Amino acid sequence: MQTATKSPLEDLDTEMRAEIRHCLDKWKEKDGNLIMILHEIQNRHGYVPRGASLFLAQETGVAVARIYEVLTFYHYFRLVPPGKHNLTVCNGTACYLKGSGRVLGELERRLGISEGKTTSDRLFHLETVRCIGYCAMAPAMVVDGKAMGKLTTDDVASVVEKIRKREEGESNGQSRN
Amino acid sequence: MAVEVPFGSSILDAARAVQVDIPTLCKHKDLLPTAACGLCIVKVGGSRKMPRACATEIEDGMEIVTHDAELTEIRKATIELILSNHPNACLTCGRNGDCELQTIAGNFGIRQDVIPRYVRDLEPDCSTGSIIMDFTKCIKCGRCVQVCQEMQNVWALSFLERGINNRMAPAGDISLSESPCVRCGQCSAHCPTGAIVENDETTTVWEALRDSSKYCVVQVAPSVRVALGEAFGYPPGTDLTGKIYSVLRRLGFKAVFDTTFAADLTILEEAAEFVDRFASGKGELPLITSCCPAWVDYMEKRFADFIPNFSTAKSPQQMLGVMAKTYFASESGIDPATIYQVSIMPCTAKKYELERSEEMYASGHKDVDVALTTREFARMIKQSGIAFRDLPEGKSDSILGTYSGAGVLFGNTGGVMEAALRTAYFMVSGKNLEKEAINIMPVRGLDGIKSAALDVQGTEVRVAVAHGLGNVERLLLTVRQARRNGEPPPYHFIEVMACPGGCIGGGGQPYGVCDELRRQRMKGIVDSDLGMALRFSHENPEIKKIYSDFLGEPLGEKAHQLLHTRYKDRPAYQR
Repeated sequence: MQTATKSPLEDLDTEMRAEIRHCLDKWKEKDGNLIMILHEIQNRHGYVPRGASLFLAQETGVAVARIYEVLTFYHYFRLVPPGKHNLTVCNGTACYLKGSGRVLGELERRLGISEGKTTSDRLFHLETVRCIGYCAMAPAMVVDGKAMGKLTTDDVASVVEKIRKREEGESNGQSRN
Repeated sequence: MAVEVPFGSSILDAARAVQVDIPTLCKHKDLLPTAACGLCIVKVGGSRKMPRACATEIEDGMEIVTHDAELTEIRKATIELILSNHPNACLTCGRNGDCELQTIAGNFGIRQDVIPRYVRDLEPDCSTGSIIMDFTKCIKCGRCVQVCQEMQNVWALSFLERGINNRMAPAGDISLSESPCVRCGQCSAHCPTGAIVENDETTTVWEALRDSSKYCVVQVAPSVRVALGEAFGYPPGTDLTGKIYSVLRRLGFKAVFDTTFAADLTILEEAAEFVDRFASGKGELPLITSCCPAWVDYMEKRFADFIPNFSTAKSPQQMLGVMAKTYFASESGIDPATIYQVSIMPCTAKKYELERSEEMYASGHKDVDVALTTREFARMIKQSGIAFRDLPEGKSDSILGTYSGAGVLFGNTGGVMEAALRTAYFMVSGKNLEKEAINIMPVRGLDGIKSAALDVQGTEVRVAVAHGLGNVERLLLTVRQARRNGEPPPYHFIEVMACPGGCIGGGGQPYGVCDELRRQRMKGIVDSDLGMALRFSHENPEIKKIYSDFLGEPLGEKAHQLLHTRYKDRPAYQR
């Protein structure tokens, strides 16, 4: 049962190290800085890579365990890279009553993933949120930052298929070049 | 009923002072209250609020109701809620018959599942080989997390996610063996349920005992003798050495050794190392003890810059292991390949130590084959049908079985230091400490860090003792600081034991550990030393014999080859 002697940090690139050191310099004098630093990392990468957490722990003396307690407590933080296209289904009261369950169910079926997950080709990330203030248009969802309302399951299907077609076209175009 | 308690006492403690037991599943005497389980609710004055007794300070003139029909009903409902998230698996659980949740459910007469059961589908973590974590049995009391983070400063465990998904686990989707876990097992000793238990290897040992091609031998650690009795109704601290020898023979072991003998052997090597470094300037000071495998793991992961300070002497378990498969085997004409060695230890990390590096195979075989904790040993005895309490006193084997009082002291904090100083003094001065100076009082007791300065032939020797890994960092930082400043080390010799109280409070000892219990077990250790004519490791006749017949000199070539080990820098996280 011999344990490895190589630290996972050895693989962390210098760019990430510099970026985290930069964040640290900016926030080190302020209270509650851990969350702000994690925000910056996520904003830049779309998620908080494990290497970033390990390095941050080493630089600040805050335990990795504590950093993960924070990361997993807040719904906002992600530990895996997001998909290329973000689908956020509103699950607020109005949308819920107007059938957000059907919208979500259709997306889960079409994408083959459950809420909070990313497809294995990293094309789609599916999540829910508690009200986007679009109640008059319930049930609603946000597709890559753009809100859509009064959704039917057919609408949902066509959104997914449109993105898929576009992506296929792009990759075919690339392969011809 | 009137009660007067010190300022700042909780309602829970005040009730205990007048023999009133308010039920709780989360508050542990070693730990701060978390107010997690909700069972210790009480009524204060005429208020309709029901504060939790564990986390509410008592105030002058408070009138408190601890038990009435309504409180009992609410507590019962709370237990039913807890049970609704707990698998109905008592009969096959590692805590069956010794579980706080099972006991409390029994006491409240819960006879049926009232709330439909929801148990998360999570695989247990068996990766360490020392402890098994079964998340489904967790009641989220928070004890293990507090033990791991605050008491032990290990930070392997954390509370991840929130609400219904909340669970205790290492940071990220990694196993315990890939985390900073040092396998001290204090989480298992504090867990109220079967969510964290020792990896039970009693079946492996039974199979070995029934295998006629194996020559089964056994060793028993110093601290086991003063704690095992708790599983058989003896008061804590009762020294049961003689009965333990008897029961081990009846279980079928062909030779019964005592780890305490190897503790004396460790002292000869370690004291020689100390004298070498202190008097002859060969090597780094302070010298730091290395008998505790959880501490060794912690040092390798967190304080690898102290590797040159570490005593290279193996722990008593490993020293006895290699002696049994070399010296004993040749003296008694037994093929060491057939010897199967079991050790009875207070400790879950000892299971890890067996394979921690290639030096643990110095005999050419695995020096110790399997390590059982005190809890597993008690289980084996109960299973065997032997009436333990009625057994006559037995004897250990005359080879690798005789020990000094100094060796017994290994079982508690400060004991290695005390035993080493007794022998180091002799090595430097050529004479023993005076009778009244044998007991080195400043290194005894339960203070987290103890220090002392002793006069050895006109030279001051400064020593420090830490127990409970949470106390270690503070001590080592002073040493590191002095080193950076180019100052002489604040101490010459440091002892560390990972568990509070040392091995008597080990992660594999019978349940219910708290300072009161630790003191009782420590008294058993200290009394055993006091009651012995032989108080010095270097006067142990078997030790003298083994050096003259077999090993040569302490730190000599053979001793180095068999009794010493190496350390390496290991990452706290493997991914």
